Parts: sequence; C-alpha cells; structure tokens
Amino acid sequence: MTQSKKNKPPKLYVLERRDFQELLTALSADGYQLIGPTLREGAVTYAEITAVEDLPIGYTDDQEKGTYRLHQAREPRLFGCGPGPHSWKKYLFPARMRLWQAQRSNGGFTVQADAHTPDKLALIGVRACELQAIAIQDRVFTGGAYVDPAYQAQRENTFIVAVNCGRANKTCFCTSMHTGPKAVSGYDLALTEVYTPEQHYFLIESGSPSGDEVLHALPTRPAAVDEVEAGEAIIAATSAQMERSLETKGLKDLLYASYDHQRWDAVAARCLACGNCTMVCPTCFCTTVEDVTDLSGDTAERWRKWDSCFTMEFSYIVGGSIRSTAKARYRQWLTHKLATWVDQFGTMGCVGCGRCITWCPVGIDITEEVREIQTTSVAPTAAVTERKRKRENT
Amino acid sequence: MQRKNKPKLAVWKFASCDGCQLSLLDCEDELLAVAGAIDIAYFPEATRAVMKGPYDLSLVEGSITTQHDAERIHQVRRNSKLLVTIGSCATVGGIQALRNFKDVKNLTALVYANPKYIETLSKSTPIADHVFVDFELRGCPINKAQLVEIISAYLNGRKPNVPKYSVCMECKRRGTPCVMVTQGTPCMGPVTQAGCGALCPAYQRGCYGCFGPAETPNPRALSEQWKALGKTPQEILRAYRSFNAYADAFRKEGDAHEG
Repeated sequence: MTQSKKNKPPKLYVLERRDFQELLTALSADGYQLIGPTLREGAVTYAEITAVEDLPIGYTDDQEKGTYRLHQAREPRLFGCGPGPHSWKKYLFPARMRLWQAQRSNGGFTVQADAHTPDKLALIGVRACELQAIAIQDRVFTGGAYVDPAYQAQRENTFIVAVNCGRANKTCFCTSMHTGPKAVSGYDLALTEVYTPEQHYFLIESGSPSGDEVLHALPTRPAAVDEVEAGEAIIAATSAQMERSLETKGLKDLLYASYDHQRWDAVAARCLACGNCTMVCPTCFCTTVEDVTDLSGDTAERWRKWDSCFTMEFSYIVGGSIRSTAKARYRQWLTHKLATWVDQFGTMGCVGCGRCITWCPVGIDITEEVREIQTTSVAPTAAVTERKRKRENT
Repeated sequence: MQRKNKPKLAVWKFASCDGCQLSLLDCEDELLAVAGAIDIAYFPEATRAVMKGPYDLSLVEGSITTQHDAERIHQVRRNSKLLVTIGSCATVGGIQALRNFKDVKNLTALVYANPKYIETLSKSTPIADHVFVDFELRGCPINKAQLVEIISAYLNGRKPNVPKYSVCMECKRRGTPCVMVTQGTPCMGPVTQAGCGALCPAYQRGCYGCFGPAETPNPRALSEQWKALGKTPQEILRAYRSFNAYADAFRKEGDAHEG
C-alpha cells in the first residue's frame, strides 16, 4: 500500500499537537490496530496503543555502547526517544510463527497450512532508518522468486506513519548509511515534530494514496514557509548531531580481502556469541524451523522461529558446525551486513540504527570494528607485524 | 494412536531436592496424556506401585555423592534402554557440588553434630561421570515443557528440540528489554543455556544461570562487563559458584575470581 509519489512535490501540512489524537482516531476508525512506542521496563518498546497518552510523552533516551537509559525531559515531545530494543520486524516477521500442522488419520496424515490472516496494522513513529530496514526486508521476503506469503500479506495490510528524527542518539549513524534522519520513501504519512515553548505541532505529509485519504480527514492547514523551514532545520540539526560514522566507500572489497585480519581475533575475545545483535537488528531475517509433535504423535506442527548466525546450530551441517568459533561467527555477521549483502540483495544490510551497538551486552561497536579494519588493513605496519610475531610466539 | 505395549518409564532419585521429578507431576495439562502414552513403572515420588525392569526410558535426578549411589547408578543403567538425566544435580553435580571446592571433612564437621556417622564422597559428580547418558536435560529446576518435549520426542522417535544457545535468544524473541543494558543489572543470560524462556529478565532480574553454560560461552568477556558495572571479583565468583558451579565453563570462570 505504501507508494512514493512521483512528479508531485510533497505538500506539507500542520497538525497541531492538541489534534494529534485525531490522527490515531482516524486510523482506528479505518480499522487499523495502532502500534507505537510505549514505555516498558525501562525502555521504549513497540506495542499496541489506543490513545496519544500511551506514547512515551516527555521521555528521552541516552544510548551508548551497551547502555540505554530513559529519562524525563523538560519538553513534552511525543517522539523524543530513538529506536529501542524492538524493531517493527516483530510485526511483519514474527519471532515465532506456526507454518502448518498435520493430523494423523487412517494410516496417513493430512497437512493443513496456516492461513496467516494479517492484522490491519498502523505503525506509528517509524524512523527513517527503520523505513529502509523494512524496504530491505521487503526485498528479502518478497523481492525474489520465492515470496514469503505471510510477510507479503502483512505488508499489504500495514499503514506506516513515519517520524523524522529530532535528535540523534550517540549510537546512531544513519547519515553514513544514507538512510536518515529524514524519511524519503516507504511511508503513508510522515511527521516532523516541532516543539518550542510557544508552539507544539507536527509537519505532516502524505506518501501514498492511503496517506492522502487519512490526511484529508484531519484538522490540518497548509504549512507556512517559516514552519517548513523549522522542520528542515530540525532535520539538519539531527544530521549535524550524529557522532558515529561508518565509511562505506570500498568497504565491500576491503572486507572480502580481510578474512584473516587480526581484528577478528580481538573482537572474538570480547564477543559473547549470544545473538543479541542479530535479534535487535531490523534487517536480520534468519529463521530456523522446529518440528514438534504432541505426546500421542497424532498431531505435528512446524514452527518458524527467529534464528541467529551466532548459534552453533545455524551453521550445522553433517559432521558439525562450520563456524564453531565466535571469530568465525562475528566475521560472518559483519561481512554479511556490509559486504555479501550487497551481492545478494543490492544494498548493504545495515541501516545505521545503532541497535547492535546499544544492545550488545558488552558494547561491541560495529563502526569501531570496521574502522579498525579500515585503518590497519592497507599494509601491515612494522608495529602490527611485531604484534603478530609476538602473538604467534606466545 | 494406541500402543499395544506402552513403553515403561522409571524415575530415579540420587542426591537432589526432588524438584525436577516433581516437574513431571507438575505437568498438569499433559500429565494424563503422559500417563496414557507410557506406563509409569517406577516413580516412588508418585506411586508405590512398582513394575519390574528393564525400563524403556529412565529419568535420573540427582548427583552421585555416596559410594552406595556410585554403585546404584550402574544398576539403573543396566536396567534402562534410554537414560536421560534431568536437572543441574544430575547433569553437573548441582548446588551440592560446592563441596568440590572445599575439603568435605571440614564441611561435615560444620554441619553435623556427629560427623563420624556421615559417609560421603569428597565430590558431588554428575551422572555422566559414572555411566553413559543418552541425553542431559539442564535446569535448576528443569523446565516442564522441555521435559514433555523429551518424552514426546522419545515416544515419536524424533530429535528433541532443546536448543543450546544463550538465554538472550529467548529473551529477545519474547521482547524483553535487556536488563544489563537498560538497568546495569548483571545478568548471566549471555553465557547461560536457554530453556527457561528467559524467565528472570522478564521480571527485571538478571539471569542466575540455572541452565548452566550455553554452547561456546565466553564468561571472561561477560565478567569484564560485570566489573565495568561495578561488580567485585567476590560477587562474580558467587554468581558462577551456584547451581551449576561444577560445569566446566562456570567452574573455570569462578576459579579465576577466587582471591
């Protein structure tokens, strides 16, 4: 349903903060279940919302390597928090899903595939990086010869309300990945939250025919020039605020040539191989299937579950796991995200949301690891050769 | 499906608290189905009725702590087609394996008024140190859904779905925000095997490591992070010296923090 408008400049409107509920009400009236950021156990997670009060109003988050802290800000913004531990993939590509069940009958069995009736979902507060993550998963699940029917059906029933970022977290690096902080495509409606002590409003624009319909039903007015500029200034400030960066130029070839780089050993010493980075990543799409039976053996079910390239079973083939070390698994993950993904799907698999940095329990930072490889890969310096010699002698 | 000869199940107890075998009785919804699919041939905790062996499936709870038990486990093995150990005691020696780090004579003197009546081995050891074990089901206590899965897999001749990856995998699938990252609460989850459904973090507690080391754990790296969160070597030591203290990876990490 999400389509970007072509040949027509997007038109900005103003939706006052006091009218924000109208947007939620309109979407509910259209039959959408609303999903948005909510406070839960010290973090902002995505869950069902019904009213504007369900949003983390006035909260903001601080993120760094391995830490995430919420605190109350002075400004009562609705979208003051950045990406949290959840990503929207949990709605489009659930962590657990039954694929089929089978019943034993008269010496044979009958298989019944699950229908996967999609929910009509409106995702409220999707960030630019997350839109790109959804676009990446669209390519993975629906772009090739074999389409994932459950994913496709859910996508067709999903309305996306994007929010342009008003601040960058310390773990964000979307500007490096060219995925943000402004939403450019893939949304039905996009908002920019503008807050000053005098004013609190949203600049709102439509990105699809369904977005147009909802927008026209809202109490909006066309944005004035100074309001448009205020929105642009917010996005420019967010870009300027971005502290982390990842140089992507020549990265694919560099990683392909860095299979034996010493940095993999250093990161493996710290890596827990716990799988957290892959579970929080909005583009990671790997699954495993599990066949279960009941005790009688009369009913069998096949379940699909999120898997991770950090588990041993992931690379298990006859005789054992081919990536038995944390080094091999971390290298596989990073190289897939930033290199092999390009050959596989035409873009990198990283959108710069910073989740893998924040939610790594020991704070391994993908931008730091890449930089280490970039700065030490050209030709081994005398010091590097010396270190390597020493390491091999011990 | 009706079986003519239902397989015979036996449940054996060694040094343990009985909590794991009680998990079987705790399978309220599935208990009748279990009883319908197998003959409970030996299960003193549940019934006095005893059927003679050999048994098709033996569930063994508890560790070996006495000479008598060290001999008895061989009889159990001889009488069992398939032997599955259940719980931390049976799989790694349990909480009572804390004795393995001390001189047991000194400990008995501390606990008993007349230690001369106590006959015990110097170490509490897992069943697999004594006899061949077909499958080890971890946990303190075990997870009853995993127990039913083991029985179901056995009855249907398939591989049990008992993953060896970290608690984090279950925690994230469940959508729980990481307690280490959001609160700085030390959590054993990243080095602990899944199976409990990431129970403690769901209640905003750190994982206690009840299911023992995950596959390829890296406790050294986790300890470094715990130190950064302000934990002392003594606290780290105590985290590893718990229900699974004698499991290889946890034992080594504990030893490293003994001051």
